[in-house]
Amino acid sequence: MVIIAAHSTAAANGAALVKVKNSKAEVRNLNFYYGSKRALTNVSLSVADKAVTALIGPSGCGKSTLLRCFNRMHDLNTEARYEGEIQLFPEKVNIIGDGVDPIEVRMRISMVFQKPNPFPKSIYENVAYGLRVQGIRDKYIINQRVEEALRGAALWNEVKDRLNEPGTALSGGQQQRLCIARALAPKPEIILFDEPTSALDPIATASIEELIDEYKGTVTVLIVTHNMQQAARVSQYTAFMYLGEVVEFGVTDQLFTNPREKRTQDYITGRFG
Amino acid sequence: MTQSILPERREVVMLQSAEMKRSNLSRRKMINRAFSTIGLLAILIAMATLVALLFDLVIDGVPHLSYDFFFNFPSRVASRAGILSSWVGTLLVMFVTALTAIPMGIGAAIYLEEYARKSWVTDIIEINVNNLAGVPSIIYGLLALGLFVYGLGLGRSILTAGLTLALLILPIIIVATREALRSVPLSVREAAYALGATRWQMISDHVLPYSVPGIMTGVIIGLARAIGETAPLVTIGALTFIAFLPTPPISSEFPFISFQWLMDPFTVLPIQVFNWVSRPGSDFQGNAAATALVLLLLTLAMNGLAIYVRYRLRKKIKW
Repeated sequence: MVIIAAHSTAAANGAALVKVKNSKAEVRNLNFYYGSKRALTNVSLSVADKAVTALIGPSGCGKSTLLRCFNRMHDLNTEARYEGEIQLFPEKVNIIGDGVDPIEVRMRISMVFQKPNPFPKSIYENVAYGLRVQGIRDKYIINQRVEEALRGAALWNEVKDRLNEPGTALSGGQQQRLCIARALAPKPEIILFDEPTSALDPIATASIEELIDEYKGTVTVLIVTHNMQQAARVSQYTAFMYLGEVVEFGVTDQLFTNPREKRTQDYITGRFG
Repeated sequence: MTQSILPERREVVMLQSAEMKRSNLSRRKMINRAFSTIGLLAILIAMATLVALLFDLVIDGVPHLSYDFFFNFPSRVASRAGILSSWVGTLLVMFVTALTAIPMGIGAAIYLEEYARKSWVTDIIEINVNNLAGVPSIIYGLLALGLFVYGLGLGRSILTAGLTLALLILPIIIVATREALRSVPLSVREAAYALGATRWQMISDHVLPYSVPGIMTGVIIGLARAIGETAPLVTIGALTFIAFLPTPPISSEFPFISFQWLMDPFTVLPIQVFNWVSRPGSDFQGNAAATALVLLLLTLAMNGLAIYVRYRLRKKIKW
């Protein structure tokens, strides 16, 4: 018990030590509850602007729960309750605050899910949907954004001749890239990836990883992964989470080669998790 | 606890012998065959009954089907009697029923499934809706007699009949629609929400279009039930001799569109059948068979059309 407490304080200090240049979002003392059950404890974290930040940790550590706080997905569950803040820059608005409409947050921060979930509509309509909900009607703008997004998801060349075919007819890897294009189309400020390759084969996984790697410098990405190699390959910053807390947060290379925390060390060397 | 399962383990070991496995397999296969035979028998009995019924109707009814039969009013003379007023009545009543029951049923289902928070109130509503589907139709007739005919003063009209049958099939449509809405996976809903859709955008752009095939099934089952209903209409007093048509909805005088037909008395095909069957003597039996045949074909045509539309829609939606 004493040891865990010691670790927690060390973790809090450790997380505070790392300052990110140009952060896009700051999580401060975030607690999250499902009913009376606490799922996240005192989470603090920076999300670097136009960089890839990875959340790693064993199953059930709260990494997906933390990710879903960023686009208020938990609001669909009436039992969910947030405490603390996630400040989004440049306005420094607390996106989990009571006065903030979750729909507004979701228009700025989009998400790619664990399993590819295209709508059973045409490829074109899948990508255009984020623009349509916002009331954009101009066909020229929509066409342009759809093409841009499909190029951004490295899917344009494969589908440009069959934009009217159903998105669900594509292969698993293509479907996930379609979902990425759908998330890109409204030009979000942050894209959340929730274990985007866990339902895909190795080749499709490699193409998605390549894509995420290309986003550094242009798009802010927050990615949850259970695959440590993937985190090491695609991210610039990594947070290691355990039992609803951020144990260690830092520059990816440092965290994997020279972790400050013993638990991080144990996890990345495969001693648990 | 763990020690008490040990004696049974000995039997498991005995089952492992190849001979035991073989004799056990042949027994399992026998049960499998027995069940498929029972199933086949059940469906054959059902089919034979239906075929016999149809055959009987065709033999008795087809000689009476003629142009005059469709365009004559009922008459005291069997050979001159026709079903003009009853098929027109059926179409108009079904029109009112569909127009009220479909939007109300789908609306109620969307509210219950997508908007209402789970509470004891919604639980009670849910139990009630499910039970209403099983209430005998004559009870709806009594309700309609009290509420529509006397309470609201709508009389024994097409409007009353349409609303009565709408009430009758409302639970069927609600239950089927909820089932269809529920089958739209959470992942698709989340995808829509994650792009900033409001609840209504999520429903109208995704959940509703994807569940149209299932909703259609419920609507068809409901309308097919309504088209053959007799008891509630007899209860509201529709068992009368009608030898005229309702007021036409379009007139040559201002304001050109008239809703007077809603308030007109009417008769429908199943009541006409009931009427003719209950007459003494055999003169009208053939007319009744012919009318029943028309009603049956109308129902089959409705179902066929709906199945076709559903098939077309399902092909468009691929998960």
